[in-house]
This record gives sequence, C-alpha cells and structure tokens, in this order.
Amino acid sequence: MRASTLLLAALIAGSATATYRAISPKTNWTDEEARLVLSLGLSKLPPLPADPSNAVADDPRAAELGKALFFDTRFSANGKVACGTCHLPDRQFQDDLARAKGVGVTARRTMPIAGTAYSPWLFWDGRKDSQWAQALGPLESAVEHGTDRAFIAHLIETHYADQYAALFGPLPSLADVPNHASPTGLGPVLDDWMALDDTRRDAVNRVFANVGKAIAAFERTITPRPSRFDAYVDALAAGKDTVGLLSLQEEEGLRIFVGKGECTKCHNGPLLTDNFFHNTGVAAVPGLPEDQGRSLGTDQVLADPFNCLGPYSDADPGDCAELKYLAKAGHEMTRAYKPPSLRGVAGRPPYMHAGQIATLGDVLVHYNTAPAAPDGHSELEPLNLTSTELASLEAFLVSLDPISTEAQP
Amino acid sequence: MSNPITRRRLLWSVPVILIAVAGVGVAKMMQPPPADLDLSLAKPTDQGLYTAAVEPGLSPIAVGTMHGWVVSITTPDGTPVETAEITVDGGMPQHGHGLPTEPEVSANLGGGRYQIEGMKFNMPGWWVVNLAVDGPAGPDTVTFNIVL
Ligand code: HEC
Ligand code: HEC
Ligand SMILES: [Cu+2]
Repeated sequence: MRASTLLLAALIAGSATATYRAISPKTNWTDEEARLVLSLGLSKLPPLPADPSNAVADDPRAAELGKALFFDTRFSANGKVACGTCHLPDRQFQDDLARAKGVGVTARRTMPIAGTAYSPWLFWDGRKDSQWAQALGPLESAVEHGTDRAFIAHLIETHYADQYAALFGPLPSLADVPNHASPTGLGPVLDDWMALDDTRRDAVNRVFANVGKAIAAFERTITPRPSRFDAYVDALAAGKDTVGLLSLQEEEGLRIFVGKGECTKCHNGPLLTDNFFHNTGVAAVPGLPEDQGRSLGTDQVLADPFNCLGPYSDADPGDCAELKYLAKAGHEMTRAYKPPSLRGVAGRPPYMHAGQIATLGDVLVHYNTAPAAPDGHSELEPLNLTSTELASLEAFLVSLDPISTEAQP
Repeated sequence: MSNPITRRRLLWSVPVILIAVAGVGVAKMMQPPPADLDLSLAKPTDQGLYTAAVEPGLSPIAVGTMHGWVVSITTPDGTPVETAEITVDGGMPQHGHGLPTEPEVSANLGGGRYQIEGMKFNMPGWWVVNLAVDGPAGPDTVTFNIVL
C-alpha cells in the first residue's frame, strides 16, 4: 500500500487516521520491508558486547573514575579542555560544530558517543579498535587536549591516586619521569621520552592505557535512547496497532529508507550503522591536508601499540578477531568513513566527517545526486527521488530523535 | 599465502557468470537476488575435483556479526581431503564490493574439516563466498550463495 493511495483514501474518508486503521497496518509492509524495518528497532540491540581488552570495562568504580576524567579540564594544555568540551552530554555528546575546537581546531567533526561500545572501530577512519584506545588519541592530540602521557600520569598521581590504585593497583613511581614526555610528542617532549628507560616508558604507558580504560567504562554507560520510530517497531513486532506512532509521511520515508533509498546497505541494525567504512563521495574541505579516510586508518590501527593485540590490552590474542581479520586497505577504502548512527541525527547538524553538509535536506540531496568522490570511488548511485519522497525520508529521520531529551547519564 | 590476483579473479569471475546465467544486468542495487540462486551449503567444486560443504557457526547468519565457518572437503567418492589449502574470498555481486574482513583458515580440524575464522557480512542482501581449494587432485574453486 503506497502512501499516495492511502492519502487518497484518507481524503475520501475525511480522516487519515480512521482510514489508516481501516486498512490494517499489519498488511502495510511487504515481508521483505517488514523484515528490514524490524531489524532496525532498538529492542533488537543485543546486550553490550564484552570488551576483553579492558579488564575494568564493566566495573562501576572505573565508570565513576572515567566520568570524572571525562569532564576534568586539568587534563589539557590550557586547563580548559576536557572530553566533555567537545562531547556535550546534553547535545548527544557532540558539539554542533563542523570542526571541533579544543586547544586548536580539528580537521574532522566531533562524533556522538552513544552506542560506540558496539563498534569494532572508533573514529571516522577506524584508526582505533576499542573505546579505551580511542580515548588516548585526543589527550595527546595537539589540537584537542594538547597534553602528553607523562603529564597525564603525573595528574593521576596528584588527583586520582586512590581511585586509580583501587582499580589497577598502586601507581608506579613517577619520580624520575619528566613532566612532559611522549613518543608522539615533538621537540623536548619527544627527547624526554627517548631519554626514559624501557621500564619507565612501560610504567607511563600503563597508567596512560588505564586512564583510557576508566574513560571507556564510563562511555559504555552511554547508550542510545528510544525514539518514536522504536515505539512503532515494537508495536509492529507485537502485531499491535501502529496508528499514530508515525505519521503517514514518516512511514513513507521509512519505506524509502529500507527500499529504493538503499539506506540500509550501510545504515543497518538497531544503531543504523554497519560500523564499516564507505566512500560516499563527500567533498574534501579546501585548505585541509589530504584526508584518506580508512585507507590510512587500517595502517594506523595495525601499528597502534594500544590495539587489542598490544602489550596493554587485557585480551587473549584469540579475542582480537576484528583486528586479526581486518580487511587490508585497498582502493575501496580510499576516503571511506564510518557511517554515523542515524539515531538522533536530525538534532545535530552539521553533517559528515568534517561538517561539509549543513542540513539534513542537503544530505538527502547529496544521496539523490551521488556526486563523484574527490578521490577513490563513491559507492553511491543517484537515487532520483522526487522532492516529495525526499521530504518523507527527512521526516522519517526526524522520527529517530530520542523521545526524552534528558541529558545522559 | 593467497595470491591477490587469483583472489581477485576468483571473486569476480564466478559472480559474473552467475549474473549472466541468471540473465540480470549488472547491479542496480537493492534489487532482489536472482530467483534461482543455489543456496545449498554442500556442492561439488567447479571442476568436480572435490565436494565442499560449509557450516556457518552462526544460525541464522546475522548482519554484522563476526563468526567462523567449518569447511569440509572430500573427494567426489566421499574420502576426506586432509591436506587441502583453502583461501576465502567473497563479496556482494549486486553492489560490486568484497567482504569487510579477510577470513582465513585458522585450523585443520582433521577428517577433511577446516576452521575458517573472520567471516562477516555487513549488509543485508546477496553475498557470495568463494573458496579456492588446492588439494592432492589440484586446484579448484567453489562458490556459495548467502542471502541475508
Ligand atoms: C577538541 C574536541 C574533542 C575533544 C577534547 C575530544 N574529542 Fe572525541 N572526537 C572529536 C573529534 C573531532 C572526533 C573525530 C576525530 C576523527 O575521526 O579523526 C572524535 C571522536 C571521538 C570518538 C569516536 C566515536 C566513534 O563513533 O568512533 C570517541 C569515542 C570520542 N571522540 C571520545 C572522546 C574522549 C573519551 C575524549 C577525552 C579523552 C575526547 N573524545 C576528547 C573531538 C573531540
Ligand atoms: C554506501 C554506504 C551508505 C549508504 C548507501 C547511505 N549512507 Fe548515509 N552515510 C554513510 C557514510 C559513510 C556517512 C559518513 C560520510 C562522511 O562523513 O564522509 C554517512 C552519513 C550520513 C548522514 C550524516 C550523519 C552525520 O552525523 O554526519 C546521514 C543523515 C545519512 N548518512 C543518511 C543516509 C540516508 C537517508 C541514506 C539513504 C538515502 C544513506 N545515508 C545511505 C554511508 C552510507
Ligand atoms: Cu553491499
């Protein structure tokens, strides 16, 4: 049953709701459509997957410490930047900016955090393979927190020694560790790292990794919130009346989303992302260094000492299947990025990995026209949807907004 | 170790033939898979040198979940092939892309059974999984179809 037919029927009957009910919502979807629609509901989200690489992942004390660290601006070069500066709890843990502002300006857009515990790969290019390894990146990024691991270890010793010790055992002696030192640093910060012996480097790395593990324990508690769409799916799954849960336009948008819009190729499952990487022909930002997306990210995650197979991971090598069987970067991965979860997407413009597209309407125009990629090859083909269809698709995306706007957690 | 050229040829030759046979044009996406797709999980290899059977470790296979497969190789008369070299490849013929992972044989389980790890399908739709089998009778290939 098409919306246009429904609409016509509605006009004749004089009330859309009454007509819709009469038509019986259960027969409204083809089997294939219903199967896809049901697969997107939040109630299909499995329990949080274990993170064997993080022994404290599910320890509430770690989550508490991680939460404190997440909002602690002392962990920055200028004393003003915390994770929470860019990942705002009342803004879906993002910042509404095209490119984030920390100590400097980043080259990419801040990503929302809800549900990232389900993703095998973190960042737009997946250059990290766990939440804890990811958290270490911004701390040492010159444009985000602008600090280094020796500085972080000293801060833990000064401000969080007890909470740290309760989780990870006593802090190592940092007496001989200079204030600033890191293998990713520049100039004296790098020189001071090179001057450290292996034991001290290892001690600092371990404290640094544990900071990430505590933050990850907190991030695991940040999960997606139910939307009106989920209420609709639950009713559909239960064979109940779906009337009024989505408007006809939203329902038609959903039909396009799982059908000729081909959105579920990449935005599938209850998080509406496949957590893989795709080149969708998003424009490069003039003036920024070349961004190769996933093709660089694969090399980086394989080389990362904090990956699942590295010395600071708590996992058995057998638990690291994602890393072990990772697809090596080929042409397909040039300028490929992780599809963001579409939950709550309407409430957080601008869009894409560097905020290249300002509005949801323009995002849909992008999909409708499928421009050629600046590098690599776009997986998209023009959809040639009508403006009415695009409006329906947009209406559907709005139905993915969380019902409660209450800040979490 | 697998030869990338062979892998690539394997990946594309089989689906292209399948598409030609099924009489559908190349890939307008979101079209349903060919109606007469062979979904059997046990079949002779393309040259008839072996019989291959696969058991996905996840039933039903879920989109996006990493899992393993067990592959059994026998000669046409049913004798287990204990020393096969197997490489795995695959993709979505209607989308023109490969697998999101690089699965590998992780163990020879004995009795002609081999453990493959790293299988993952990240989209709904029609997938092909190509096995290249090299055993005492020589190299051969076989393709399995999966619809998610
Ligand atoms: C200056 C702003 C800024 C700060 C500070 C910051 N982030 Fe981010 N965050 C970003 C940006 C930008 C990205 C995407 C970067 C990229 O892909 O290269 C990101 C990505 C992420 C992701 C990846 C989400 C996903 O889906 O893959 C997580 C998780 C995250 N940040 C957590 C943190 C944590 C934890 C901290 C503190 C230790 C932090 N961020 C500090 C801006 C920031
Ligand atoms: C081939 C895979 C693919 C398909 C098909 C696809 N998307 Fe995306 N989507 C992505 C990727 C990858 C990104 C991020 C791209 C980037 O930043 O460069 C994205 C980004 C988005 C965004 C912006 C999210 C944000 O937070 O920036 C929206 C909205 C979106 N997609 C909606 C859709 C809709 C609606 C459809 C169907 C018409 C669709 N997508 C089809 C892969 C896909
Ligand atoms: Cu595909």
